[in-house]
Amino acid sequence: MQFPILSALIFTPLAAGILLLLLPAERKNLIRQVALAASLIVLVLSFVLYFAYDNARGGYQFRESFAWLPQLGIAYSVGVDGFSLPMILLSGLVIFSGVMVSWNIDDRPREFFSFLMFLGASVLGVFCALDLFMLFFFFELAVFPKYLMIVVWGSPKTREYGGMKLTLYLFIGSVISLVGALAVYFGSGLGTFDLLALEQAGFPIAFQKLWFPFVFLGFAILGGIFPFHSWAPDGHVAAPTAISMLLAGVEMKVGAFAALRVGIMLLPEGAQFWAPAVLALATINVVYGAVIALVQTDFKYVIGFSSVSHMGLVMIGFATMNKDGLIGAGMQMFSHGVMTALFFAVVGMVYDRAHTRDIAGLGGLARKMPWAAVGFIIGGLVSMGMPGFSGFVAEFPIFMGAWQAAPLVAVIAVIGILITAGYILLVVRRVFFGEIPPELDKIVGDVSGKDKIVIALLSVTMVLLGWFPSLLSRMIESGVGSILSLLGGA
Amino acid sequence: MELITNHLLSLILFMPTAAALVMLFLPNDRLRLLRMVALVASLIPLALSLLLWARFNPIPNAQAAFQFVEKADWYGAINASYHLGVDGISLPMVLLTTLLTPLAILASFNIQEKVKAYMILFLLLETGMLGVFLALDLLLFFVFWEIGLVPMYFLIAQWGSKNRNYAALKFNLYTMGGSLGLLLAIQLMGVAVGSFDLIELYRQWPQLTELSVPIGLPVSTVKIIAFWAFVVAFAVKVPVWPFHTWLPDAHTEAPTAGSMILAGVLLKLGAYGFLRLVLPLFPAESQQFAGALAFLAVAAIIFGALGAWAQNDFKRLIAYSSINHMGFVVLGIAAAAAVWNTASPVSQLDKTIALNGAVLQMFNHGLSAAGMFFLVGVIYDRAHTRDLNHFGGLFAILPVYGTVLIFTAMASLGLPGLNGFVSEFLVVRGSWPVLTLATALAMIGLFFTGAYILKALKMVLHGPLNNRWQGHLRDMSARELMVMAPLMILMLGLGIWPALLLDVINRAVAFLF
Repeated sequence: MQFPILSALIFTPLAAGILLLLLPAERKNLIRQVALAASLIVLVLSFVLYFAYDNARGGYQFRESFAWLPQLGIAYSVGVDGFSLPMILLSGLVIFSGVMVSWNIDDRPREFFSFLMFLGASVLGVFCALDLFMLFFFFELAVFPKYLMIVVWGSPKTREYGGMKLTLYLFIGSVISLVGALAVYFGSGLGTFDLLALEQAGFPIAFQKLWFPFVFLGFAILGGIFPFHSWAPDGHVAAPTAISMLLAGVEMKVGAFAALRVGIMLLPEGAQFWAPAVLALATINVVYGAVIALVQTDFKYVIGFSSVSHMGLVMIGFATMNKDGLIGAGMQMFSHGVMTALFFAVVGMVYDRAHTRDIAGLGGLARKMPWAAVGFIIGGLVSMGMPGFSGFVAEFPIFMGAWQAAPLVAVIAVIGILITAGYILLVVRRVFFGEIPPELDKIVGDVSGKDKIVIALLSVTMVLLGWFPSLLSRMIESGVGSILSLLGGA
Repeated sequence: MELITNHLLSLILFMPTAAALVMLFLPNDRLRLLRMVALVASLIPLALSLLLWARFNPIPNAQAAFQFVEKADWYGAINASYHLGVDGISLPMVLLTTLLTPLAILASFNIQEKVKAYMILFLLLETGMLGVFLALDLLLFFVFWEIGLVPMYFLIAQWGSKNRNYAALKFNLYTMGGSLGLLLAIQLMGVAVGSFDLIELYRQWPQLTELSVPIGLPVSTVKIIAFWAFVVAFAVKVPVWPFHTWLPDAHTEAPTAGSMILAGVLLKLGAYGFLRLVLPLFPAESQQFAGALAFLAVAAIIFGALGAWAQNDFKRLIAYSSINHMGFVVLGIAAAAAVWNTASPVSQLDKTIALNGAVLQMFNHGLSAAGMFFLVGVIYDRAHTRDLNHFGGLFAILPVYGTVLIFTAMASLGLPGLNGFVSEFLVVRGSWPVLTLATALAMIGLFFTGAYILKALKMVLHGPLNNRWQGHLRDMSARELMVMAPLMILMLGLGIWPALLLDVINRAVAFLF
């Protein structure tokens, strides 16, 4: 038998999370090292998967499957295709980075790193799942670490509110999609939760039109779709740095990914019918998110709203339901995940040293923390879709897809690019350049060596992808091929 | 050698980036080392592009309109490829870029602050500019077109003068905003034709009669909108009136070398866009709107000159002069567009002459604008003012500087015997029979050109000596002369023997258009 690499990937953080809880709380260094080791294993395994995946063959590879609750048609079934593998790579990068930047957490590190590992296992499980029940299982597994980490380690002023709001929104979202998923399960009459079987179920069109909004919207709330996006900025801002990174970097992709996997791929005709509505909402996401980001005074809120804007592009890519748009969406999910993880990491580094996130109270930090400044600038260039960085090669196909589906969307969404350039340049200038306030001059120091590794790792990834998009696009293209075949060449 | 000649363009293109990456690992405080590495690194592309020039076959043929072509898969998912090549239009631009970059780096040896970052940005900027001239894929073109903004933004915002933040932001948002339409049009064209390859687009896009895009407009209307999207993007960069307002601010605030590159090369990117993309991709639309283009060009010539005349800031005056001079490039392009589909050999000749003039004017303006901005920088470094009213009679104490300044100013003004004359004459000669009224108006602009140049010379060099400078100003240093010498030699050389470049340009424009 082949080495069960996907199970290893999912259960390493899960096991590490449990192990950490068993360790004595005062062995803080040991705790950190265990977390780091687990996250490194995940990172290495995700790279192994990336290199081992056969693009030419395509389809789901590294499959493992055995009955879990056969009476209910539930199986433990995992596999990755060209669309989900980049998400696993992304998770590997962000979990590792999250551990690295949280190194100096001093308040109950045992629980912190343990919950972080559970969150990691949850997202990896969703990306690997080929069984609808299993997908939900891992999806919901994220709720308790998310909630607890925000309310315990979050920023004191808003953590109760932000954590509660986020949890309730996502809970409602998952209930809605659970209803839809159960309808799919019963409607198929197959008595199985196997996603691959359900894909072939051939639901009647009226059924699809009725249930698509439930399944899609429920997950898309986690993807930050307008008008259900407001949990995202509040939640991201309230969360501690590593959780902001995982939430915006990976969790939002989990939502979008599940919306695609369960919503669009199981109910393609329903998706076709509702695509114009999704396009309209997502376009609002792009422009509205950017406008709101422009007027924020809190450094972290700028990034929070920028995620809302960028995830709108992912949704546009989905809703075009054509090759270019879907390839772009896959690229954008990866690119945005890396970018926003870097953004939140840098915001955290700045906050840890300056103890304020008020843009007006910051300034001239490039001199004190040049690495953070360069990292933020590179993230900013990705964010504004500057060619040569990963954001451009991701957004460009989305726009090409939009031209084929609804040209007006391309014309409106492009405004978002200009507004993004405006707020990014303004924030960069106000936070990192100009005069440094005298009270900050004394207290702010440079970032740590671990922080630098994170900045370098994430920045290099984005530049590399910007110049060599085929590193990822070949894989995504093969994944998109099988999605398109479900859509009937639509 | 085989390896070098097969990948000559890639080597030229990425040598500066490679050098920038190496510089990342050099120590911050070894200023001399950093400067020398940057200078040497920028001399390599110059040497390579001289080799390119020597190896370039000036006679184009149908099989190979472009030479030294390199093609590789780049972004296969959307059919964009890494496709490079040069012809007689891009070759002079490549030479101009690889020549001006080392001169600008040499001119920046007096920068003391954050030298490493400065030099790295300059080298990255060079790659960005070269990429625009070398790209034969529309998406690749756009990548390089935009990427140059990043180093330029930081060069202005970090090393500029007082109002630099405003100027840098304005520069960036103007150019990015101007390019949004271009971005959309490129996407649309890629979707419609299924490829971003320029050769493919040249062949298919102008003939396209049906769009695979549910846009609800007739193809001809879509093409006109796309045409204007291209025109606006390039017009902002050139800049053509009324899209020029970012330029005086950006120039005034940019550091000296930044202005040299901005005026010397970056403005050419816009004009090059007209030649490489607008004319061949939108021949019918260009012809249809040639009158409008000519109007904008004439407005740029006249308002640029009047604007320059009204300035008391030396640097701002030169900045406006760029608008004036680049207007001639656009005028030549407009004239060529106006007689695009002509069958008459006379008009065909006019068209060729006008385009020759336009390309040569791009090169010439690159030389003279870089020279003038450098000379403004020289005096500013010493006097710490650029206000013309504070100067006067400096020839007496700065004879070398005065001579160099007069020489360069005369080249810029179009004195026969120096390079500016040849190209402006060619543009005017080619445009006159086609766009007589516009050309006549442009001649009035030419008159003002003389007026503002002489005004600047008078206020800086002549008249009574402003006593506050007595004994406070040094004449030009050897390093500063080294910056000017190649420029002056070329100004004179091209003035006397324009065939040096025209030979290559002429064959290319006659062949392509």
